[in-house]
Amino acid sequence: MISLKQGQIEAGEHKTAPVDEAGRRKFLKGSAAALALAPGMTLFAYGEAITKPAEQAVTTKSRWGLLIDAAKFSDEDVDACVKACQDENGWRDTGKPMTDAQWIRRVNLKNKKTDEQFSLPMMCQHCAEAPCVDVCPTGASFKRKDGIVLVDKHICIGCRYCMMACPYKARSFVHEHIEDQKEHAPRGIGTVESCTMCVHLVDEGKEPACVKAAPEGAMVFGDLNDKTSKLAQLIKSVATQQVRADLNLDPGVRYRNI
Amino acid sequence: MKIVLIMQKLIITLLGVAFIGVSLLASVGQASAQPEWMPNPPKAIGGQCDLDPKEMRKTHMTLLDHKRDQTMRDGIRTKKYSLKKCIACHAVKDKSNKCVTVKDERHFCRSCHDYAAVRIDCFDCHASRPEDSLNKATKAAGNSHDKLAGLSSIGKTGDTTDTTLRRFIAGEVK
Repeated sequence: MISLKQGQIEAGEHKTAPVDEAGRRKFLKGSAAALALAPGMTLFAYGEAITKPAEQAVTTKSRWGLLIDAAKFSDEDVDACVKACQDENGWRDTGKPMTDAQWIRRVNLKNKKTDEQFSLPMMCQHCAEAPCVDVCPTGASFKRKDGIVLVDKHICIGCRYCMMACPYKARSFVHEHIEDQKEHAPRGIGTVESCTMCVHLVDEGKEPACVKAAPEGAMVFGDLNDKTSKLAQLIKSVATQQVRADLNLDPGVRYRNI
Repeated sequence: MKIVLIMQKLIITLLGVAFIGVSLLASVGQASAQPEWMPNPPKAIGGQCDLDPKEMRKTHMTLLDHKRDQTMRDGIRTKKYSLKKCIACHAVKDKSNKCVTVKDERHFCRSCHDYAAVRIDCFDCHASRPEDSLNKATKAAGNSHDKLAGLSSIGKTGDTTDTTLRRFIAGEVK
């Protein structure tokens, strides 16, 4: 059985080099051009979703999900994902582990019988039947039509029921006044926050920051509803697990090798 | 002598006209200047606003309210009426050329909201100055570094674009 213990994440120990954003963009642009040259073939070959136009609302057609292969993660790899999330969304460890924000964290696991040890990244599991949405008294905790679970900080009253309800301990509360937040990730005192699956990037047809920072193939992002997507194909072909599957929450984040 | 007299008269008349003109202008200026206690919002740096400023003054709160729900709940991320755009366009810089936050009373939103005594909590969660203003220094440093890195690699491989790049860095080519 998996027990969820809070991982010790120390700032400054991240060994991966900063991601070369400009280089990646160029590469993505280049591949987009390739898509334009041979549209039908390339798109269907990978079955990846086409970027939604900015003025179009999200629909239930897609359901975004992740597959995390725990076997491919070292402690440092998980920390790199945490660092990438921090950089993307502008939250920081301030040396107060009891109250610090924690959108994604490292969970260390140990099999008591065999002493086997490994770690995995743990964050909001973007449940289809999210308990945080059920308990929210104001409707601030909500699920977007494409399955991403978010907090509407405009109407969040900071009661923290959702933090209590979440079996993954995925949410944290902002205790102190914050300034100069990231434009795409507003966060402020008195509200609850959690992983947004980098919704601002997903809306632009990009992958979440942690997926980019993870080792090759260790985290796969995609549309669970699109049977031709890489994610759906993988889930179909290999054994995957849900954390706390007994709760029947149907999480959008699934794991392998745990 | 006659010519000198005519010239003198002409100069006096011209001076008189100029004086009247200046005093008229000054009086017009005084009339249009509003009292000190009236809000005097700083000019926007961008071009045309999404809506006529008069309308915007009346309805910006409703527009932002509507836009926020669209963005967050439906993922509609168009630029029209987006808070991000307002903040970028209405950024106010201090003497050190840095954009001020809402803590500073020169901040665009504060110029009216202080007067109207309406507290806004947008900036409890949203940044009150454009992100670019924070990263400018580091970005500029990064760019120059990148260019130099590119330059050294080109020098090694003997690429023919070497001279063009050098000229670009020297500011000869834009």
